[in-house]
Amino acid sequence: MDTLLDVRNLETRFRVRKGYVYAVNDVSFQLQRREVLGVVGESGCGKSVTMLSLLRLLPPAARIEKGQALFEGQDLLQMRARDLRHVRGAQIAMVFQDPLTSLNPVVRIGVQMAEPLIYHRGLSMTAALARCAELLSLVGVADGQSRLRDYPHQLSGGMRQRVMIAMAMGCQPKVLIADEPTTALDVTIQAQIVALVKELRDQVQAAIIWITHDLSVIAGLADRVIVMYAGQVVEEAPVDDLYDDPRHPYTVKLLGALPSAGEARKRRLTSIPGSPPDLVAPPQFCSFFPRCEHAIEQCRNENPVLEPVPGVTTEGVHHRIACWVDIRDRQASPAPDGEDRHS
Amino acid sequence: MSGPTGSVLVRVEHLVKHFPVRLGAYGERRAVVHAVDGISFEIQDGETLGLVGESGCGKSTAGQTILQLHRPTSGKVYYHGQDLTTLDEKALRPIRQKMPIVFQDPYSTLNPRMTVGAAIAEPLLIHKLAGKKEAQDRVAELLRQVGLSPACANRYPHEFSGGQRQRICIARALACAPEFIVCDEPISALDVSIQAQVINLLEDLQEQHTLTYLFIAHDLAVVRHISDRVAVMYLGRLAELASKHALFDRPLHPYTQALLVSVPLPNPRHERARRKVALGGDVPSAIDPPTGCRFHPRCPLAGSDCIETTPQWREVEAGHWVACHRVA
Repeated sequence: MDTLLDVRNLETRFRVRKGYVYAVNDVSFQLQRREVLGVVGESGCGKSVTMLSLLRLLPPAARIEKGQALFEGQDLLQMRARDLRHVRGAQIAMVFQDPLTSLNPVVRIGVQMAEPLIYHRGLSMTAALARCAELLSLVGVADGQSRLRDYPHQLSGGMRQRVMIAMAMGCQPKVLIADEPTTALDVTIQAQIVALVKELRDQVQAAIIWITHDLSVIAGLADRVIVMYAGQVVEEAPVDDLYDDPRHPYTVKLLGALPSAGEARKRRLTSIPGSPPDLVAPPQFCSFFPRCEHAIEQCRNENPVLEPVPGVTTEGVHHRIACWVDIRDRQASPAPDGEDRHS
Repeated sequence: MSGPTGSVLVRVEHLVKHFPVRLGAYGERRAVVHAVDGISFEIQDGETLGLVGESGCGKSTAGQTILQLHRPTSGKVYYHGQDLTTLDEKALRPIRQKMPIVFQDPYSTLNPRMTVGAAIAEPLLIHKLAGKKEAQDRVAELLRQVGLSPACANRYPHEFSGGQRQRICIARALACAPEFIVCDEPISALDVSIQAQVINLLEDLQEQHTLTYLFIAHDLAVVRHISDRVAVMYLGRLAELASKHALFDRPLHPYTQALLVSVPLPNPRHERARRKVALGGDVPSAIDPPTGCRFHPRCPLAGSDCIETTPQWREVEAGHWVACHRVA
């Protein structure tokens, strides 16, 4: 396959008063051309920091300690800042969670949208605005021409997110990184945005990285999903495999913890005891082991690395987990909370 | 779960809450936000009534107006048959201890300078239900009930994670032996794995203390899990109210139907097959709500009567209420 982005052994940490927070630990993943990659994890698991590291958009307290991020063969982490500016927004664009804070409140929508087109594509303001009106109709904003003269506060939340997506797609990037783009939106608006991105994916042929904490949102969108926990990738699989046959205990629990609107009520939800670690030390052991019911002695002593699950490939794409235990052996003897909904 | 006993604990009649606001750069225009516009329903003793709707539909205002945290513009709220809207603050105080509220954001609801123990003990001391000494024992007991160590009482809120803080808020709500708890999006700010813990805790506590919940949320899956009956709100009015099974299996109101279809499922095949967007457009402003049925600008079934007249809130089957001209 045609690899567009190849991230290898990325490590990012934040300096805090008492030392460091190890936010991203040895994260590796690849993104193929035109692929939709879902990145799932709870807050603080490092999913956003990983993506911000790629574009070097981190706050001053953060430092990338190690790793490579090869975008079409060039390492984004070593690139000169001047060159990186031609990648950001033009080759790799980003859509953030909260469109209200990502848009400048005192600048008209049209001018904000035109900026990357003028900077990266050398268009004149007039030409850029004409293109922006086209882009707005592409993302389903009616009457785009007059909307260009609006300020962000005049638009609804869903509308603002459409503007953000239009802006990101403006320079026809090869990669679109969407960081929880629907989390701040209502469910009916979320459905509209997901449908929009599905449509755009087919039209513009960009690869998409969709970051979310909600396993349901990306189910219909992603080709492949990676699950992150405590700054590490714990599972990576083609989308059907992940939902049908999750192998990492964390993913299994996460799927079990969802009350499903499509199912009758279960007696109790599967909950994961405890809470995620606070990452003040680099991982010495499996970071999920304190909350894991399958943990064995080895989990306490060694940090597992992401390795293919033996025998499982779908069209050459591996299902990988970072776990010492094969939970299939354990499911014969039912766990206390029961994983019945996936059997 | 103990389940509803059939007797009515809370009865809400034509409850209205309008907020006057000033618009324009200099506040020169006066307007009214129609946050809650004439809702009527009953909450039975021991049940969980889910209240769902999109942001800005007035569901939180409804919860707070029922508790008299906002005084209603008009309408009545009966609690054990007593009309709360006619009572002054002093007369309300003894009733308030029986109906606490758990808010969405456990970060801003706890005073950062108060120890957890002091925060939980405060309602006990205010209502003079315990002396300083007994309060300490009660706090330890409450912390144990919500799954925290009694030693936490001497620590400060910042030392706890979001899920733990929500447990602390729940412990505080339980302090005065309540009957009726308004849960205003209690899990929306929490991570998925922690949400399940808090939902399980709320269910356990309901069973142990025979509590009645008004569970306000925007997450339909969670509401389906926890509720006995569910009410759907749209732009200040109720669209539909029914038992959980009736509402999720046979929704009658077009808005409820659209809402249910919009919820994504953790099932790739199902989601990939999804093609149509159930509901276009945005929620209109509550300052200038649409005439007639407020849902008509987005409704696929809307006709001229929907634009002209407000649909009546009526019981179409036993226990199944709906406000729609198109429902026979």
